[in-house]
Amino acid sequence: MATKKTTILNLPEEEFVHPGNRACAGCGLSIVYKTGLKALGRDTILVVPPSCLTVLQGLYPIAATQLPCLNVTFASTAAAATGVLAAMRAQKRPNVQVAAWAGDGGTSDIGLQALSGACERGEDFIFICYDNEAYMNTGVQRSGTTPQHVLTTTTPFTGKHQRKKDVPAIIAAHGIDYVATASAAYPLDFYDKVVKAKSISGPKYIHVHTPCPAGWGFSPRYTVKIGRMAVETGLFDLYEREKGQMRLTGASEKMLGKKRKPVADYFATQNRFKGMDEEKIQALQAEVDEKWAAYEKIAQGVC
Amino acid sequence: MHIIEAGNVAAAMGVKLAGVQVVAAYPITPQTPLTEKLSELVDSRQMDAQYIPVESEHSALSVCIAASSAGSRAFTATSANGLLYMNEQIHWAAGARLPIVMCVVNRGIGAPWTVWNDHQDAMSQRDTGWIQIYCCDHQQIIDTVIQAFAIAETVRAPVMVCYDGYILSHTYMPFDIPEQADVEKFLPAFTPDWALNPQCPANLNTVTLPEPRADVRGNTAPGYMEIRHNLHTDLRRTIDVIADTDAKFKDVFGRGGQPFIESYFCDDADHVVVCLGSLSYQMRDVIDELRKEGVSVGVYGLRLYRPFPDRAVAEALGGKNNVLVFEKALSYGYEGPLFSDIKAALYGTDNPPRIRNFILGLGGREIRTRDLYQAVKTACSENQNKPHDPDFIGLKM
Amino acid sequence: MSDEKNPKEQEKFACRTSHSEPGPGDGGRTGSWRVLRPVIDLDKCIPAKRNKAACFNCWLYCPDGVITKTIPPTIDYEYCKGCEICAEECPADAITMVEETLILMEEK
Repeated sequence: MATKKTTILNLPEEEFVHPGNRACAGCGLSIVYKTGLKALGRDTILVVPPSCLTVLQGLYPIAATQLPCLNVTFASTAAAATGVLAAMRAQKRPNVQVAAWAGDGGTSDIGLQALSGACERGEDFIFICYDNEAYMNTGVQRSGTTPQHVLTTTTPFTGKHQRKKDVPAIIAAHGIDYVATASAAYPLDFYDKVVKAKSISGPKYIHVHTPCPAGWGFSPRYTVKIGRMAVETGLFDLYEREKGQMRLTGASEKMLGKKRKPVADYFATQNRFKGMDEEKIQALQAEVDEKWAAYEKIAQGVC
Repeated sequence: MHIIEAGNVAAAMGVKLAGVQVVAAYPITPQTPLTEKLSELVDSRQMDAQYIPVESEHSALSVCIAASSAGSRAFTATSANGLLYMNEQIHWAAGARLPIVMCVVNRGIGAPWTVWNDHQDAMSQRDTGWIQIYCCDHQQIIDTVIQAFAIAETVRAPVMVCYDGYILSHTYMPFDIPEQADVEKFLPAFTPDWALNPQCPANLNTVTLPEPRADVRGNTAPGYMEIRHNLHTDLRRTIDVIADTDAKFKDVFGRGGQPFIESYFCDDADHVVVCLGSLSYQMRDVIDELRKEGVSVGVYGLRLYRPFPDRAVAEALGGKNNVLVFEKALSYGYEGPLFSDIKAALYGTDNPPRIRNFILGLGGREIRTRDLYQAVKTACSENQNKPHDPDFIGLKM
Repeated sequence: MSDEKNPKEQEKFACRTSHSEPGPGDGGRTGSWRVLRPVIDLDKCIPAKRNKAACFNCWLYCPDGVITKTIPPTIDYEYCKGCEICAEECPADAITMVEETLILMEEK
């Protein structure tokens, strides 16, 4: 990357999220949100559908966010962002950044049609999906991005039978110029990606893996640690896809050519994986190995 | 300038004259030519607006909601199932107090699929908090679209401009296109007292508690119920705003004068027919015929349906012998929705008239003038009070 | 025609709906959620010990933004929810979690 990477020391101090908000203790989204807003800056209008972020924002008439925010219906996020953009064009205010923040349900399930439409139209906005891998706001129901075998309140005994939907790949298939993944455990990597997204015109999509202590069944203390393990085991990868060119970034990039932690270690840390048996774990390990073998080939220029 | 064009074009010309900044629409029969005309106006730069070709009606209204929240004048249009697909957003736009204008080109609702006209689509959105105005001809369509923005922006509530699919949307009629300068005199640029703005950040439409609660300065802010009550009282007061808007419009353009109910030979009539939209103009032929035969009958075309001009309705219908309500919609399992509202408006009045309900034209079933003539003539002679169980006109099986 | 005929009062239309203003503490003093209190040992804390800007992992990862990027870092106990991420992520093990009840008893 030509641009200089942000470090803890030069990450801006100004906070855009007030303390005393309603997010749970140890909330992964809180880390993602406060970091993302630093990158977006004041000249931004946010669009938010129902999600844990709605809870974090607070109840009328007090808001935890210091930026203007339009709360919208569940399915309408990307269309609403389109409407704000249209108004900004009509009013000749091109410098206002429009950023949509939706959860995984609001992105991968009910919000996908509007998001696909906005990407196809080439709307100049940043869409950030914070993926906590279930409907957490309503109490941990399965979503399209809940991983396979995970126990949720709607997959209570045998876990989710289906695979995690690969939303970044779906969005990338629209041919947009910037698709990236990030993790709550790597705020600086996420910060740099949002900053880069601001410099690119057209739709930008960033998918952020966001550990949830209450929903995943681990102590709030381990939010960052577990997010890190998802990356270190190769289950969730940090990458950027610029104009179709995909490359691993940050911690994932550093893992090329190295031994990864076994996925079993990650599964052992969370109650939601309690329904897993050895066979399922090995099958998932094999999938991860296969995915990473392909990464290695790409990195070596063998396609 | 007078031209001869289709009703959908009249609506599009109204949108252009009103200086709409953001148009978002998804094609659906019979609204489609309106969408096409607007995209043509924008693409040819005859109209300086953002045209957003959305992927659904839900998104069409979502775009308008957001654009309006950000301080721009926004318009959309739809019909039938498209309107129903918007339903969640329709409630939202009213609750968020956004002055959006939407043309509803009336069409029946599936299943079974129908593309033809009735009023079931708009009627199903009666209780959403939108203002609903029905048009009877092309001149009313273009005039009402312009007035709708003036009304909406005064009271901060959205307006549906309803007109009959095909009967008005696709037929050609002469109408006058107002001068742009006159429209600007009548309808100044949209300058809302609040809008999304990084300079003074607000969080719009946040979760609101059942009870009032202190704001950041310690003042009491309303709960959900107060906010909704405000919408209701403001809509009641909208009736006055509509009268004022109509008077102002008449001053500038010379048209108007009957903003709630259009009367045709009703003043001295013993019997009156009441209906919505183009049906009331078709009914005028029947009235002409029956008047020639010496029947004392007239027709009221109701223009404003929500907020319901109940006092104007009671005043107009009081003292009549027979009130015959003809409707192209049905509250299934009961009666026509307009009929229910008219009965309610007459409740408690002295000597309420005899009243009957006729349902016709569902899913585009042809409404033949001679059938209307027969139904009105018979009803006037029968003098029957039938406050329950509507009669159906035109059933063939 | 309507119930309240008052056309001159048009400016009094309610207009505003649920518009919230930014402010701290919508969830109240969230420090009261805390069971364990993070306490920084300044002898171990890297920026405190070196007396220069360094580390600040606690500031970076604190979900609630209640730790300052200062030398030494400070914690706003009014709003700290006690999630323990700072203690877990401190590379110098400088932050220990102390039972609030013990602190309360000591204060008495």
